[in-house]
Amino acid sequence: MAKHHIEATVNGDVVEFLCETEETLLDVLRDTLNLTGSKEGCASGDCGACSVMLDGRLVCSCLVLGCEVSGRKIETIEGMAKGESLHPLQKRFLEAAALQCGICTPGFLVASKALLEKSPNPTEHEVRYWLAGNLCRCTGYDKIITAVMDTAATMRKG
Amino acid sequence: MGEANGHSKTNGHSYVGTRQIRPDGVDKVTGRARFGADYNLPGQLIGRVLRSPHPHARIISIDTSKAEALPGVKAVITRDDFADQPSEFIPAGEMMMNYKDVVRNVMAREKALYEGHAVAAVAATSVAIARRALKLIDVKYEVLPHVIDVVEAMKPGAPLLHDDLFTVGVEPKPEKPSNIAKRVEIKQGDVEAGFKKADVVIEREFKTAPVHQGYIEPHAALATVSEDGATELWTTTQGHFIVRAHCARLLGLDMGKVRVTATEIGGGFGGKTVVYLEPLAIALSRKAKRPVKMVMSREEVFKASGPTSGATVRVKMGATKDGKFVAAFAELKYQAGAFQGSPVQPGTMCAYAPYDIENVHVIGYDVVSNRPKVAAYRAPGAPIAEYAVESVVDEIAKKLGLDPIELRMMNAAREGTKAAYGPKFGPIGLEETLNAIKKTEHWNTPLRKWQGRGVASGFWFNIGGETSVSLTVNEDGTISLMAGTPDIGGLRAALTSVAADELGVPYDKVRPIIGDTGSLGFNFLTGGSRSAFSGSMAIVEAAKQIKADLCARACKLWEAKPDQVEFSGGYVKPLGALAEKVKPMSIADFAKVSGKTGGPIGGVGRINAQGAGPSFGTHLVDLEVDPETGRATILRYTVAQDAGRALHPAYVEGQFQGGAVQGIGWALNEEYIYGSDGKLQNAGFLDYRMPVASDVPMIDAILVEVGNPRHPYGVRGVGETPIVPPLGAIANAMENATGIRFTELPMSPPKVLKALKEKGLNKA
Amino acid sequence: MRYEAPESLEGAVALLAGAKGEARVLAGGTDLLVQMRADVVDPDLIVDIKRIPETRAVTEEKGGWRIGAAVTGAELKEHVRLKKVWPGVVEAANLIGSTQVQGRATLGGNLCNGSPAADSVPALIAAGAVATLAGPAGKRDLPVEDVMLGPRKLALKKGEIVVSFLLPPRPPRSSDAYLRFIPRTEMDIAVVGAGVSLTLDGGGTITAARVSLGAVAPRVLLVPEAAQAIIGSRLDRPAQDRLEAAARAACHPIDDKRGTTEFRIDVAAVLARRTALIALDRARSN
Repeated sequence: MAKHHIEATVNGDVVEFLCETEETLLDVLRDTLNLTGSKEGCASGDCGACSVMLDGRLVCSCLVLGCEVSGRKIETIEGMAKGESLHPLQKRFLEAAALQCGICTPGFLVASKALLEKSPNPTEHEVRYWLAGNLCRCTGYDKIITAVMDTAATMRKG
Repeated sequence: MGEANGHSKTNGHSYVGTRQIRPDGVDKVTGRARFGADYNLPGQLIGRVLRSPHPHARIISIDTSKAEALPGVKAVITRDDFADQPSEFIPAGEMMMNYKDVVRNVMAREKALYEGHAVAAVAATSVAIARRALKLIDVKYEVLPHVIDVVEAMKPGAPLLHDDLFTVGVEPKPEKPSNIAKRVEIKQGDVEAGFKKADVVIEREFKTAPVHQGYIEPHAALATVSEDGATELWTTTQGHFIVRAHCARLLGLDMGKVRVTATEIGGGFGGKTVVYLEPLAIALSRKAKRPVKMVMSREEVFKASGPTSGATVRVKMGATKDGKFVAAFAELKYQAGAFQGSPVQPGTMCAYAPYDIENVHVIGYDVVSNRPKVAAYRAPGAPIAEYAVESVVDEIAKKLGLDPIELRMMNAAREGTKAAYGPKFGPIGLEETLNAIKKTEHWNTPLRKWQGRGVASGFWFNIGGETSVSLTVNEDGTISLMAGTPDIGGLRAALTSVAADELGVPYDKVRPIIGDTGSLGFNFLTGGSRSAFSGSMAIVEAAKQIKADLCARACKLWEAKPDQVEFSGGYVKPLGALAEKVKPMSIADFAKVSGKTGGPIGGVGRINAQGAGPSFGTHLVDLEVDPETGRATILRYTVAQDAGRALHPAYVEGQFQGGAVQGIGWALNEEYIYGSDGKLQNAGFLDYRMPVASDVPMIDAILVEVGNPRHPYGVRGVGETPIVPPLGAIANAMENATGIRFTELPMSPPKVLKALKEKGLNKA
Repeated sequence: MRYEAPESLEGAVALLAGAKGEARVLAGGTDLLVQMRADVVDPDLIVDIKRIPETRAVTEEKGGWRIGAAVTGAELKEHVRLKKVWPGVVEAANLIGSTQVQGRATLGGNLCNGSPAADSVPALIAAGAVATLAGPAGKRDLPVEDVMLGPRKLALKKGEIVVSFLLPPRPPRSSDAYLRFIPRTEMDIAVVGAGVSLTLDGGGTITAARVSLGAVAPRVLLVPEAAQAIIGSRLDRPAQDRLEAAARAACHPIDDKRGTTEFRIDVAAVLARRTALIALDRARSN
């Protein structure tokens, strides 16, 4: 079976790649496009370490096939900073020590950015439930939740 | 406070104790940081492992011919590719392991001893071909009866895992082999006499299930072996020097020829202190003459890495009516998994360590059974023992009508207390943590019906160990810091602060990296809560050398005597009359003239760090039970723990919070669920239920600092203690909320509802 | 493995009907991809239905709502009017997995995965939803409670796919609710699920009701006895007790790693009551 030839937009750039039917978007990002910022923690949609935006929707890239994204817009952690400027969430995570080992951090950042774009003034409850699909084993979530809420407040001030 | 050597201040600014941005942080928030599975080499093959579907079976034969013949398969390995190893115990983290067992765990030899046990491995040009190749390997098994539960495994007549395992630590030596590898014991005073003096005696038996460290990053290794045997390995590990030692031993290589790089690591908690894929990747690469990359799936992580022991623990404690503990007995039976080496020894040592008790007797059994070999999990052995002891302490408090904090305070170990496991404590902070909890608003907040509050204390010894670091002054005066203990949670930030303070330079002029095994002297692994403690100590040594060297160079340049110069605030300063003749020189100034003054400037710290101080902690938790479903919700959580001196307060708080949440998962929902067929039923994050963000509240972290006098900054390791008190604290909170003492973990809803129903309490 | 993304129902049906080996429909992929990775299924053909307009639309029809089988939970959540009329259906779809999973998971996929623990199915059944199927023999309608016959067993014939769901028109003073029991707060498969839809008269008495229970039997159950227990009442304590008893009697759950038989029966009763009370509260404010 010949590979699929797919064209998509990743972090604003048009990319072309070949993939087998059974390769997930995560496989393509990591192994073909060399975008290793999205991580594989479980390959079953239970940990969120592979979170990306697909046409503006927060998804697990391990649950999307590479051949499904023809003509679609994908945003990964690698596209979050603009040039040398970190996104306010990235800055705040660093200031607030909201990461320890850092493996879950890309997923949390992508998911948190999606939350704040949808809901600029979330309660702690809303933040925790939105991020329930992102597992962290190091931090106990405390500093992550605080960082997201602090960033929301900062971004609201403009 | 331990300020024996003090530290230089630059512009009066000190970085230690402040919340600097971690130097490796930008790469971590942008996805640039490379973890184990992020490394690739051109021409690499993909390695995959064939694993036993049986929990216990003799391996009669392995036919790999069809797999080898599959186009795209470049190497296949089995037990035949590993030389057998004689029996020899070596330390790994805080546990001992035996190479005879290591070689068998890495690749099964005579038997498959757990479902998931590696039996063969292949390297192929693609994932798809590797998966097909595994299906073509024909293994003939003779399936044997299996046993998993520790009590069952101890019974005479239980299925026997090793016919050469004779219990050590019993007299006379047993004639027949069994599954009991070892009996350990600590004794102090006379417990029988003590119990006679007691006004109240509580005896309980507790049971816990195996749990996994739960790191989000699966194991990964990338190996490339040259024709002359030189080997390069990238692996996600807590100890790359240990990995080198294991691989060199297992594969018959000179250590000097094996260069191991520790990639960024996505969590370990003790589970990445041993080898699984690394020897396989090297063996495959050696055979295939190409790089081989291997990554575990999540299912493989659960089935084939090292979850901690499930255990049965009996605790008996006696106290006089005023609350003084007069006797304490415990019997710990811990699963070791397929090979001996559970953390039962540290469990026996930790069980009563928080208390000053005259009469103590603890017995421990290390028992093998058909589940994966146990690896360390954060304070290995202690959480289980402390769950049992702190539950009984709570019952004693209730029976005597005493406040649970007051009761602990009355019996608390202090400076000068002789612990039952041997040493006398130096200055320690248990009382301070108890007082800190007592003062919180949390402790003084009233509760409603079906809400309960629990408190528990705990401790971990912490270790020091062999450590090598290097500090190099670059030609422009910036500092390169190379440490050799993988950074699992902010270490580089802490070490950079120390180096900056020691040398009196700005924080961002110090650049830390974790060096590979070819670049540094030996470093014991990151574990035992030792990396900040030992690393900072070694940096002080290295900095001392640089400061002394710079002073010597200044003396040459200024034609001065040693007592006319001193190093302070990043400068060598002329003293007295000399100060009118010459100006101070900064480190950067010396760097410019290093060649003329003797050569490159640097220092090396090579130490066997001693004087690790124990860290005590007390946890306070409120929870609410839904009596109609048995589900518990954690409402509020406070941790108070002694850090000695927090080099970086935020990352120390992070350790407190992370360990507490692991404890919440262990207490309420995490467990290995085995079917009667010995197979793991929940080998994934769906049904192995770790806490998610919505399951827990904020974790308030109170930093107590009772300086460790044996460390230049007063540091105590902090990483492990946080997981020790939660199990007991949550069990005590459950008792407070329901009136029922749960002696089995996890306290999952079906168990809780059943217990409530039996008492007719399952109504709102 | 072939992947096809037809743009019409006829195209999808033809592919599935003519498939030689194992064929699977791909909507959100949140079950299929997991099963493929775990080697539980190895399809020869994957038919992606997301380009078929009928599967992606949410439209008002004859006073009711037609929801395409490949509309995601996240999209349903953003549909303000649908959420107002059918809060139980929308909240059920948004309990599946995580935010990320809800960004992809669909009602069609949740039903056709054939798990009796599916979150959205009890809500659909309680709502009286009817599935429209398209197949080689044409279109037909099937009440949702008749689609899942058992674990991984569907009433679909070869070549048939679920196109959309029709929710009936809503009389005034009606509402629905869905609750599930899981040991954590999110991310677990339902140990028990309960969906209740009801209608009140002007005096607050229940005149119509449907009760559905999930994860307590080999298929998601419609429990007429539970509805009968509360129709004609104002859901007072005796009605609640009758409801609980009917729920208990309808369950025949299994013991598994997620819950014991006894636990599921006990919790089914509790959830049926709690869900009905929420639906009642919502109906009163309508």
